[in-house]
Amino acid sequence: METISVLEDRKNQISQKGRDTFEMACEKKSLAGAVSQRACVFCGSRVVLYPIADALHLIHGPIGCASYTWDIRGALSSGPELHRMSFSTDLSETDVVFGGEKKLEKALLELVAEYEPKAAFVYCTCIVGIIGDDVEAVCKKVAAKVGIPVLAVHSEGFKGTKKDGYKAACDALFKLIDLNRKPEKQIPLSINILGEFNIGGETWIIKEYYRRMGVEVVSVMTGDGRVKDVQSAHRACLNVVQCSGSLTHLARDMEQAYGIPFIRVSYFGIEDTSDALYDVASFFKDAPQIMERTKALVQEEVCAILPELAALKKDLVGKRAAIYVGGAFKAFSLIKALKHLGMSEVLVGSQTGNKEDYALLREMCDPDTVILDDANPLELAKYVMEKDAHLFIGGVKERPIAYKLGIGFCDHNHERKIPLVGYEGMVNFAKEVHATVTSPIWDLVPRKAFNRAISNKG
Amino acid sequence: MLLRHTNKEIKPRESLTVNPAKTCQPIGAMYASLGIHNCLPHSHGSQGCCAYHRSALTRHFREPVMAATSSFTEGSSVFGGQSNLIQAIDTIFTTYEPDVIAVHTTCLSETIGDDVNQIAIKAVKDGKVPKGKYVIHTSTPSYVGSHVTGFSNMTKAMATAFSKSTGVSNGKFNIIPGYVEPSDMTEIKRVVKEMGIKPILFPDTSNVLNGPQTGKYKMYPDGGVTIEELTSAGDSIGTIALGNTASADAARALDTRCKVPCQVLDLPIGLAATDRFINTLRTVAGVNVPASIDLERGQLLDIITDMQAYLYHKKVALAGDPDQLIPLVEFLISIDMMPVHIVTGTPGKDFVKRIEALTADLPYKVNVKAGGGADMYLLHQWIKNEPVDLLISNTYGKYIARDEDIPFMRYGFPIVDRVGHSYFPSVCYKGGMRLLEKILDLLLDRIDRDSLEETFELVM
Ligand code: SF4
Ligand code: SF4
Repeated sequence: METISVLEDRKNQISQKGRDTFEMACEKKSLAGAVSQRACVFCGSRVVLYPIADALHLIHGPIGCASYTWDIRGALSSGPELHRMSFSTDLSETDVVFGGEKKLEKALLELVAEYEPKAAFVYCTCIVGIIGDDVEAVCKKVAAKVGIPVLAVHSEGFKGTKKDGYKAACDALFKLIDLNRKPEKQIPLSINILGEFNIGGETWIIKEYYRRMGVEVVSVMTGDGRVKDVQSAHRACLNVVQCSGSLTHLARDMEQAYGIPFIRVSYFGIEDTSDALYDVASFFKDAPQIMERTKALVQEEVCAILPELAALKKDLVGKRAAIYVGGAFKAFSLIKALKHLGMSEVLVGSQTGNKEDYALLREMCDPDTVILDDANPLELAKYVMEKDAHLFIGGVKERPIAYKLGIGFCDHNHERKIPLVGYEGMVNFAKEVHATVTSPIWDLVPRKAFNRAISNKG
Repeated sequence: MLLRHTNKEIKPRESLTVNPAKTCQPIGAMYASLGIHNCLPHSHGSQGCCAYHRSALTRHFREPVMAATSSFTEGSSVFGGQSNLIQAIDTIFTTYEPDVIAVHTTCLSETIGDDVNQIAIKAVKDGKVPKGKYVIHTSTPSYVGSHVTGFSNMTKAMATAFSKSTGVSNGKFNIIPGYVEPSDMTEIKRVVKEMGIKPILFPDTSNVLNGPQTGKYKMYPDGGVTIEELTSAGDSIGTIALGNTASADAARALDTRCKVPCQVLDLPIGLAATDRFINTLRTVAGVNVPASIDLERGQLLDIITDMQAYLYHKKVALAGDPDQLIPLVEFLISIDMMPVHIVTGTPGKDFVKRIEALTADLPYKVNVKAGGGADMYLLHQWIKNEPVDLLISNTYGKYIARDEDIPFMRYGFPIVDRVGHSYFPSVCYKGGMRLLEKILDLLLDRIDRDSLEETFELVM
């Protein structure tokens, strides 16, 4: 195998557990000229707000930003599907010169008249930041005219990373909630689920658990989302935040403004799902019946899936996985879930991890595991080959790399078709991993066929 | 019923694009750059665009797509991106070792007015460009034109950056294949060689974006036009550009620069356009059409005659890129089908004129629109007002097809839910046969699906 070198400037964004002791560099800007797998601010805010299905999502900018985000998220809705349409002001050269405010206003009015959305989000892309449109003012004016909340989402791509986009989305959500702030009564035994986007119907699974526990879900932000529910969010007793970074910011804001405490959870894998449910149950100390129901639920669900997991595990014991995901929180859960299947991880990377994340990762990982921040495809390929992984867990851009190298792949990003959360999600995950890792296709890969030919001779 | 929102009543929309039938320039430039051997495309702007373009190309081709970015920050957007680009050039040559960096701009770097040409010159002066390596560039503001414009701009940059005329003919012909699939580029090369002509084809993404499974990761796959070939393009006997929107500019630039005479033809899609292509090759090179090509033509014609009863007056709606739509509409008319609604998001008056000319003799009026307001939403509205038997468009057409229950042929860019497009051609006679097979499969499947028990037939 030809060796692949690593960028000099990136050396301290890569660490190998047990070998290196330096502190990981992270939360850095990608180096100019690097082939980074990262996206922009707009991307971050778009993915968070996207699943609100009865809102209008208008992208203010040239056509590309709208084209590329048209129905790529796979966030399911049980009702309206306005979020899946692609609306753009399609700025042209003259707009760039003379400003796009008039066009934006017109577009908003046309759209609101036609679709009668419950709220509108206007995403500002790079160019809007540069030409200096006063989007706030336009939104205000239109809101006053049409009587629905019209919110500017400040997501100019160059103003940071995807993470900053999460913050912009949180700001918009908070505004949406705050606009409706009335002295309304708290709903007893209720929560908001934050950072859950209903990819493949995951929100529905989680909501069902809470229903069985006797906990009311006031709003999910933003999976299968509705404006009305989001606007009642301040009446919940607790915010339950999933996903490492995306909505923690909103949870903090809501804590400050409404005194709603929050906890961080993950619904991926058996331990994390159970922990999540127990944490919520123990929050409602005054209602011990919730804890009882939760115990019963966990027991029932775990017992139901163990035999199937055990059967799948037989073929997976000792297989090695490489993980490259957006948020580091996802990586923690994945490592635990892989352990259940008897698998180990040889590479773990994230696009947006911070110092604590990487410290925790290092604690969790097996010795010699490579830990990467903001990796590029060359590095990913290099370590996958060196460590002889059987499985790659990643997103769109990693899929063909895994396949080219001749190893299995599992999507843990937004192109996923099946739900991976909760207990049934764990089975789905195990099945998916099993299907890809044990596929006979990999024996046909030239590299391996060649090795086999040699070993046959010997 | 995602598109229940589509309203049958058509009102003029000025400020709004709903469900676009195009995307932005840089992605086209990125695709074209990948057709140079050992080239790394570079996006001069912020990270997001580059990530989106790479994801979109990756979804379409199911291949790793590499490109670097200048990673603009707020600072660069105020002070300009010169230092980012110079650093990027340095980083790329020392780490990824391409022969060529192909820089395209984005709306951001365009709007702040970065002068990429001057920056590239400075990079050379500063010694950031190793000997024998190159930086080429083009301007691709995304608020002008479409992905096709970006492709055209980068193709032109390839021609002007490298070609030299030494006064000694290389005995070859330049072929500019346009924004087509890698499989189409392979097929065009095959046909040209079959005619006994030596081609320099650029850009050439065959084997780059439809490469084999090797078990190895190669940043630069084996395909692509080489720098030697591009340099030599100035010594060719002539240039044939396929497609006015994507290829003509490069051909004309080469003519101006190196006096290589050019001809602009339609993409060889379907019978008549392929005839014109073959005939042009024959006359410019002074060769005879070999029996093998005649055979392919005869086979295509044979399928049409065998199945003409099923093609008769079937109404078709189309969305796509101008260079493809023009010969496709011509082909459909020639096989007795009826193209009734046609949109392309790519702006251009010539397109509308060409379609109007092609359809002038038809006994019905064709709906055609290009550029602003020509989106999938409008196409859907038209279909609601006048239903069709077949819809031809990129993957996004599937919503309309499902809503209206129309047989649907995926064609164009992007196709993200089916495979085959990058491996099997749709150009020249062989491609014509494949297109026809797909169309007939759809029409006949529909008859099978809808027929009553007593009319359900074995032989069709
Ligand atoms: S910002 Fe411009 S170049 Fe980037 S994706 Fe949007 S339209 Fe395309
Ligand atoms: S970086 Fe800017 S222009 Fe590019 S996709 Fe993001 S918002 Fe759009």
